[in-house]
Amino acid sequence: MKRTIITVVGKDCVGIIAAVCSYLAEHNINILDINQSILQGYFHMMMIADANHADKEFSLLAQELELLGGRLGVQIKIQHEEIFDVMHRI
Amino acid sequence: MINLFEVEETNQMVEESNLDVRTITMGISLLDCCHEDVDETCRRIYDKITSKAENLVKVGHEIELDYGIPIVNKRISVTPAALIGGCCRTTDDFVKIAKTLDRAAHTVGINFLGGFSALVSKGMTRADRLLIESIPEALAQTELVCSSINVGSTRTGIDMDAVRILGEVVKKTAELTKDQDSLGCAKLVIFCNAPDDNPFMAGAFHGVTEGDCVINVGVSGPGVVKRALESVRGRDFGVLCETVKKTAFKVTRVGQLVAREASRRLDVPFGIVDLSLAPTPAIGDSVAEILEEMGLEKVGAPGTTAALAMLNDSVKKGGIMASSYVGGLSGAFIPVSEDQGMIDSVECGALTIEKLEAMTCVCSVGLDMIAIPGNVSAASISGMIADEMAIGMINQKTTAVRLIPVAGKDVGDVVEFGGLLGHAPVMKVNTFGCEDFIARGGRIPAPIHSFKN
Repeated sequence: MKRTIITVVGKDCVGIIAAVCSYLAEHNINILDINQSILQGYFHMMMIADANHADKEFSLLAQELELLGGRLGVQIKIQHEEIFDVMHRI
Repeated sequence: MINLFEVEETNQMVEESNLDVRTITMGISLLDCCHEDVDETCRRIYDKITSKAENLVKVGHEIELDYGIPIVNKRISVTPAALIGGCCRTTDDFVKIAKTLDRAAHTVGINFLGGFSALVSKGMTRADRLLIESIPEALAQTELVCSSINVGSTRTGIDMDAVRILGEVVKKTAELTKDQDSLGCAKLVIFCNAPDDNPFMAGAFHGVTEGDCVINVGVSGPGVVKRALESVRGRDFGVLCETVKKTAFKVTRVGQLVAREASRRLDVPFGIVDLSLAPTPAIGDSVAEILEEMGLEKVGAPGTTAALAMLNDSVKKGGIMASSYVGGLSGAFIPVSEDQGMIDSVECGALTIEKLEAMTCVCSVGLDMIAIPGNVSAASISGMIADEMAIGMINQKTTAVRLIPVAGKDVGDVVEFGGLLGHAPVMKVNTFGCEDFIARGGRIPAPIHSFKN
């Protein structure tokens, strides 16, 4: 199964996780794992998700998440997991 | 499982250190486009390129989005045009071929096409000579076509007749494109030991040892190496090299992934990954800054050649395990106009052409993107080409020359090429002549392969 990594980085505020999770649920993306921390006042979150059954094209999801990030004042990226695997695992 | 810090590290490399895949280059053989009629040859060339590369740009863009990694350029290299130009009777016929290549490049939406080339390391056929003579017109009348000529190799020696003609060709190309600060010369590379599978422009061509169609990828990432070295300031050379190797490994793995995906999605075999540190004029995307991070006040200072040798070697050692097939130029590039750190060093007087020549002995490529006064003679340009070719021939490495004798400009002036080609201060060239040496003609014989001293 191809997995997807969603990262959210930015200034912490109320409702970031809720907004991102709602968006993912709306588009049939299943969250497999969440890892989150606050580093020097900045919100960092990584989600591992299954987007294989999403109701939209990957490129469209990327664009919409970027817009959602803009509204929340954070940066949201969605990427195939493989790029991290090849870089950090032999 | 991948953790938060690893994900952050990768994304920081992209966002803060300009990590990117510099180019996906599709190599296309045009050998099957040969026909006795020039117009028919051109029609076949156009059809083959536009059908093979129809989806290249689209697929490149999809991969960018899927992995969140910028792929800066999508390009094409083709069989050296001299090999398919047997039908050409005049230089105008070759210009016609160049224009066809340009039209095809525009149609598929790429930003450069390489392969208006000839391989003449031992001698020139009639077609080779016609192509070389047509270069000034061809580069002046096209926008995206790049030209390269291989004039020497370790096995054959150097064709000094070609070197002499090319000195004149470089001058004429500069003259014909003087309205654009002699930009035509930025699209012309003269090689010794040119690789068949180089994905980087302007020297890319699809060699005759290659298959029908292939995907080659060039990685980059000087900014990433610079950032990594900031964390080991003051440590010894062992630590320095290990850090470069680890970083090069990570960068190259991304290139390998992109190459594999592009190959799969385009249904074209994967060729090679070129492990190069290719700078851009952007701040923080500079090979010069890496050398300065190692402890040089400015590039060109004593120690520069040693630092570059170590960098180049460590990049290869780190990258080689990260990819199943490595090829192309693979090393650090030191183009002057495309690297802000190099430009600064020239402007403050730290870096001269002579030092750059020494640096080319230990890194990939050679005297690259160097603006020189427009009044430098053709013979002097041929002399500079011959020097660089000799370094490649004797040291069994690729060397190249991309000089821009900017029409109407002199030392102290600055030339603006724009975009990835950047800007360059005009550099001083030794004013003593070499006319009689270049006028001799003939070949420099292949060097001896023993008694290495």
